[in-house]
Amino acid sequence: MSERPHFGEAAGRPSVTDPETVARHEEYWRRNIRYVGIMIAIWFTVSYLCGIVFAEALNALTLPGTNYPLGFWFAQQGAIYVFVVLIFVYVWLMNRLDLEFQVDEGSDA
Amino acid sequence: MTVQAWTFLLVAASFALYIGIAVWSRASTTQDFYVAGTGVSPLANGMATAADWMSAASFISMAGLISFMGYDGSVYLLGWTGGYVLLALLLAPYLRKYGAFTVPDFVGDRYYSQVARIVAVVCAIFVSFTYVAGQMRGVGIVFGRFLEVDINLGVAIGMAIVFFYAVLGGMKGITYTQVAQYCVLIFAYMVPAIFLSIMITGNPIPQLGLGGVDQATGVALLERLNGLHAELGFAPYTSGSKSTLDVFFITAALMVGTAGLPHVIIRFYTVPRVRDARISVGWALLFISLLYTTAPAVAVFARTNLIASVDEVPYSEVPEWFTNWEATGLVSFEDANGDGLIQYVGPASAETNELTVDRDIMVLANPEIADLPGWVIGLVAAGGLAAALSTAAGLLLVISSAVSHDLLKRSLMPQITEKQELLAARIAAGLAVLVAGYFGMNPPGFVAQVVAFAFGLAASSFFPVIILGIFSKRTTREGAILGMIAGITFTAAYIVYFNFMHPELNSAEHWWIGISPEGIGTVGMLLNFTITVVVSRFTPEPPPQVQVLVDLIRVPRGAGEAHELNI
Repeated sequence: MSERPHFGEAAGRPSVTDPETVARHEEYWRRNIRYVGIMIAIWFTVSYLCGIVFAEALNALTLPGTNYPLGFWFAQQGAIYVFVVLIFVYVWLMNRLDLEFQVDEGSDA
Repeated sequence: MTVQAWTFLLVAASFALYIGIAVWSRASTTQDFYVAGTGVSPLANGMATAADWMSAASFISMAGLISFMGYDGSVYLLGWTGGYVLLALLLAPYLRKYGAFTVPDFVGDRYYSQVARIVAVVCAIFVSFTYVAGQMRGVGIVFGRFLEVDINLGVAIGMAIVFFYAVLGGMKGITYTQVAQYCVLIFAYMVPAIFLSIMITGNPIPQLGLGGVDQATGVALLERLNGLHAELGFAPYTSGSKSTLDVFFITAALMVGTAGLPHVIIRFYTVPRVRDARISVGWALLFISLLYTTAPAVAVFARTNLIASVDEVPYSEVPEWFTNWEATGLVSFEDANGDGLIQYVGPASAETNELTVDRDIMVLANPEIADLPGWVIGLVAAGGLAAALSTAAGLLLVISSAVSHDLLKRSLMPQITEKQELLAARIAAGLAVLVAGYFGMNPPGFVAQVVAFAFGLAASSFFPVIILGIFSKRTTREGAILGMIAGITFTAAYIVYFNFMHPELNSAEHWWIGISPEGIGTVGMLLNFTITVVVSRFTPEPPPQVQVLVDLIRVPRGAGEAHELNI
């Protein structure tokens, strides 16, 4: 591996050494990981638990107001709606977090 | 106007539109060609991603598959949507921040290794070629069925169109044609679905109609279908027959595979900022879910319609669509007991089944079953073509950039100028179209199967090393290279063993702990994760500049032009 690595657009950037900024970035990353963890837990619950593992048991119930067996509904409709909502909620949370930790990209960049 | 005239008109109009867009959005730099100059709006990128993603299989085959699989069809619905959550949370924003042109670009740089780059190039080309052959075949089939054109001629016409806008416009041309193609395909999918939903349940929204009441009998639609299934000896529609474990693993392989497919990932390189990458995944899934929540409704409508309109019906009185499709050989009836009635029954019935229906016709025949006007049928043809062409173009771009950028510019001939690289990209795209067309005309018998396995291969090669590359600074090149090789080799070997070497053993009792070849990509992915993490522990940590790079991609600020950087 004699060739020097090339870093795409990130090449030639000054590395961040200022301790305050480093600490701020680390805290930002911890908060991000926490959001991701919560989102992944919901993602797993609606698809793999409600839609697959417990689908047969949930099929004894129906989605209130409709005639969908509940497990079947999660597997073929419900989980997909939740996925869409999850992404938009994450986007909203992260845009807020970016501002809070001053790592956003500005309004018009 | 006849159905054929409508079909010709709508297909020709949609093709003219794609060519017009290609001429308008020519690429003049490699940045235009690879990532559309990173100037695509998040909403447009969402639509383009949706079209890129939804292939001939989603448009033509999926509802039919679900129709025959019932609950088991959920693996496709969950598997082909859930991956977008992973993309939004774990991949898209960081890869956009990194600002590469291709997936091997990121892998090669993050793992400071040409070997890693080459392994990634090989994986990308392998996954994309298996996928693209199926798309060209889809184009040929739509032409063959709706325009009565020879399948090979159909493939050639499709090749010419893709050649034109992919070679001329690169990612820029592809992006804006995909936006148009999304509009065509979603309209073509929704119109017959809405008509059917009104006909059967009285509710114009198919997603709600699925949970509604069957107008003819006053019974809940799904209950009625389960009743029909029980009567005819099929497994209950809402329960399915695959093992829970296998459904779990197949779903995971498809989800993770989606998030690891290079042609999907590169779409998120084309937007201006990190926050645009995040939200465009949201738009993409919203646009995709429109079709994916309609498909299970279409599946149930079609299934109920089929059973109601043919079972125990005298052969001499079958509806017209039945006779039309019988002529293509995709519906066939054999009067086993000689009573002149059609017996359509399942494996648990005492009677003999007399009807064979190809699952692909469910979507294509829907407009005829519902007795819809000729223009709707023409629209479905144009929609099927839009779905196949948009996916093919995205895949061809991955192949061409893997050759011109990763193989030539970044590995073999770093001295070439941007102009030469752009020319190489165009030539590579052209050659890739020819190869794809060849496979479309002479499909190896296993293409259809291999397309489904492309997900397992993507899941077991790219996904773990990209995730670990972002979320664990300690991950080393040795770990990543061994992980990728082990993951893809294990997965490919399992698939080849059961599908090509010993197809007679391909059943649940021979599979490893009951996991089918479709679901084995999940095991390959876990293997890749484990090996990458363990080997990384025992090899020297990545050089400091790589660790700095990881720190940089974790924060959004500075993704735009370099001069805007102000940390």
